[in-house]
Amino acid sequence: MSEVAAVLLAAAGGFAGGLLGIGGGILFVPALTLFLDLSQVEAEATSLLMIIPVAIVGVIRQRRYGNVSLRDGLVIGTLSPVGVLIGVVAVNELPVRALELGFAALLLFVAYGLVRRALAPEPSSSRSPELRSPKNV
Amino acid sequence: MPSSRTLRLAAIGTAAGIFSGLFGVGGGTVIVPLLIFWFAFGERLATGTSLAAIVVIAAFAVAFQTGYGNVHFLDGLLLSIPAVGGVIAGAAAQQRLPQKAISLGFAALLVVLAITLVIP
Repeated sequence: MSEVAAVLLAAAGGFAGGLLGIGGGILFVPALTLFLDLSQVEAEATSLLMIIPVAIVGVIRQRRYGNVSLRDGLVIGTLSPVGVLIGVVAVNELPVRALELGFAALLLFVAYGLVRRALAPEPSSSRSPELRSPKNV
Repeated sequence: MPSSRTLRLAAIGTAAGIFSGLFGVGGGTVIVPLLIFWFAFGERLATGTSLAAIVVIAAFAVAFQTGYGNVHFLDGLLLSIPAVGGVIAGAAAQQRLPQKAISLGFAALLVVLAITLVIP
């Protein structure tokens, strides 16, 4: 039963990414902690694995619309490992409670961004389908 | 001597990497605004480009987290299937759904999830 809920929340995370441009990871992590009983750190690590195929699909889609500067993206990624290592070491050393509160703050920050955008006035010019925001995992 | 452009891309990668490692997310929250402010990218180009960066950042993060034994590969790979299906469905539905209402609905869901995290 809780496996079904995890599947639904993972699908909802992907759906939110494709539709609204918010990151899927923000829903993958709670799906894994709440319904598959992973610890916060295990859920974050496993969420990162799920993000890889989701982001690949996103790149393929957005490239068709000319929305990807592949070189700049790959340079950013290639030059990221020092930062990633700092983050991964920190997440394994910090108290779990701090991680939970930090993640809750991130959830509220993204929720605030969604509300602000939903309540913003419509742009005057109509936008074509491919001009919608792509997702941002 | 690396160009200042490369240095700025390295700074974005480092900041996004820390964020990604700490929160288990891609890091788009960091990359997109920095590409817009530093490189004058439009929002679409910034988010599309961030996806390419995220593929590599997440791969590094998974490799490092594997060293700690934290990655549940079977769960992650199985849940990738509905996640990817959700992305495709969400992108296809963009023109047919009321985005404001859905944005507010997802915002409410995120607040509920935040509350469940804060309450032990």
